[in-house]
Amino acid sequence: MTLAAAAAPAAHATTTAATQTHGFLSPTGVEIAFLLVGLVTLGAALVTVTTRQLVHAALWLVVALGGLAVEYLLLTAEFIAWVQVLIYVGSVVVLLLFGLMLTRAPIGRSPDTDSGNRWAALTVALAAAAALVWVVADAFRTTWVDLDGAPSGSTEVTGQALFQNWVLPFEALSVLLLAALVGAIVLSRKAKAEAAPPAVPGARNGRGPAEEGAR
Amino acid sequence: MNDALDVALRLLVVFVVFLTFPLIVGQAEHKVMAHMQGRLGPMYAGGFHGWAQLVADGVKFAQKENVVPAEADRRVFQLAPAVALLPYLLVLLVIPVGPGEGAVGQSVGAGIFFVLAVMGVGVLGSLMAGWASANKYSLLGGLRTAAQLLSYELPMLLAAASVAMAAGTVSLTGILDAFEWWWLPWQIVGALVFFVAGLAELQRPPFDMPVADSEIIFGAYTEYTGLRFALFLLAEYAGIVVLCGLTTVLFLGGWHGPWGADGLGWVWTLLKAALLAFVVIWLRVTYPRLREDQLQKLSWTVLVPLALAQIALTGVVKVVIS
Repeated sequence: MTLAAAAAPAAHATTTAATQTHGFLSPTGVEIAFLLVGLVTLGAALVTVTTRQLVHAALWLVVALGGLAVEYLLLTAEFIAWVQVLIYVGSVVVLLLFGLMLTRAPIGRSPDTDSGNRWAALTVALAAAAALVWVVADAFRTTWVDLDGAPSGSTEVTGQALFQNWVLPFEALSVLLLAALVGAIVLSRKAKAEAAPPAVPGARNGRGPAEEGAR
Repeated sequence: MNDALDVALRLLVVFVVFLTFPLIVGQAEHKVMAHMQGRLGPMYAGGFHGWAQLVADGVKFAQKENVVPAEADRRVFQLAPAVALLPYLLVLLVIPVGPGEGAVGQSVGAGIFFVLAVMGVGVLGSLMAGWASANKYSLLGGLRTAAQLLSYELPMLLAAASVAMAAGTVSLTGILDAFEWWWLPWQIVGALVFFVAGLAELQRPPFDMPVADSEIIFGAYTEYTGLRFALFLLAEYAGIVVLCGLTTVLFLGGWHGPWGADGLGWVWTLLKAALLAFVVIWLRVTYPRLREDQLQKLSWTVLVPLALAQIALTGVVKVVIS
């Protein structure tokens, strides 16, 4: 999300605001593709939150996140697209699946995992979506990505935007991530200290990866 | 029209490579392993030193019944082999074998990110297979696969980032264009980290804890038979081809060689990749399987610090020479 947010101004800077040549009634092939992929992404996202099979939800999430990557690609934001696949599909979903398999991942439906907060969740989701759509539509109303010109989302452009105009948010985010990392290490060590039996030689073989990372 | 023909031809070549190279590696594994263990290996199929053994294996797999366990999640179970295999086909598309535009399937701007991202997707296939089999051994295999991927993805990325820093680009062709011979000693630590982490990501011995055939009976693939099992095997060998190709391109200079870089660049690439594939096979014969905690320890206490040190070294040298 942060990278995507940072890329948007980059796209903004290199695009033309020629509203006259663009109309909504004569869409180009790319625009149609963008719309179709968007529909697929939306559908996958809906299935993700409505399916009653836990692991299927995680797998539909892969489709939704992958669809988002394709959308970035269609907007010529190549770097963001691959990072999206690398981080979200390759790591976050794998982590999700790992957690599911480690705790409970029955084949078939799992009715007991349904939440009573579904209406509250729906309200929050709709409000968040409305706010995002409104803000984005308002900010980029007349901006069009020039697909035929130089790519406005290549690695070079993204990097320059990120490290010239947006260094401060970038650094703030890295501090946030560092804090999260330290927090994870502290939590895992604390749990270890409370659960640890009186020192037995050789009992410390199964240390967790987070703790290992601290050394 | 000419463009379409060009694209079709490239796709065809990549597809043929995708179908044949893994088999060549597999056959080499049969023979190299056999000779290292004082055996002959396959000798009969095809006549000359059993060259057609894997073709015969393929025919055998195609004849077998395709069993889906009754308790399994059918669709996910059947989809998993494709998810495991296809990413490697996509990666092969962007690996340059020679200088110039003509020797790469499709040049991608952010090549390093593309290959690492897509290779990460391949592991989802193993996870899907492990879960959908409804078998506790398979589930254990899937769990171990996920744990292994999570810990080895980081050093692999860091090592690749070091090369990208050295070359000043994330495009695979760009990295090869910028390559100088002295990068070899400069990036050697990164190369080792990348290769070892890649082996772990492919679950090749000695990092084959997730498939450990003697304890969890091939892990995620326990329930697979026939062609689907063959697809998983093909994915493993395609993974070897991709890993060796990538290590060659990123760290060993790809088509650069002492001589003949103009016309025979692709020979250098293939030669280096073949040598690495031999090392992969050699490691399988040589080393015992690492235990799960040893696996995690190797990644977090050895590979990650080494990769970080390599990045620091790359940065320092880069600043000094510029």
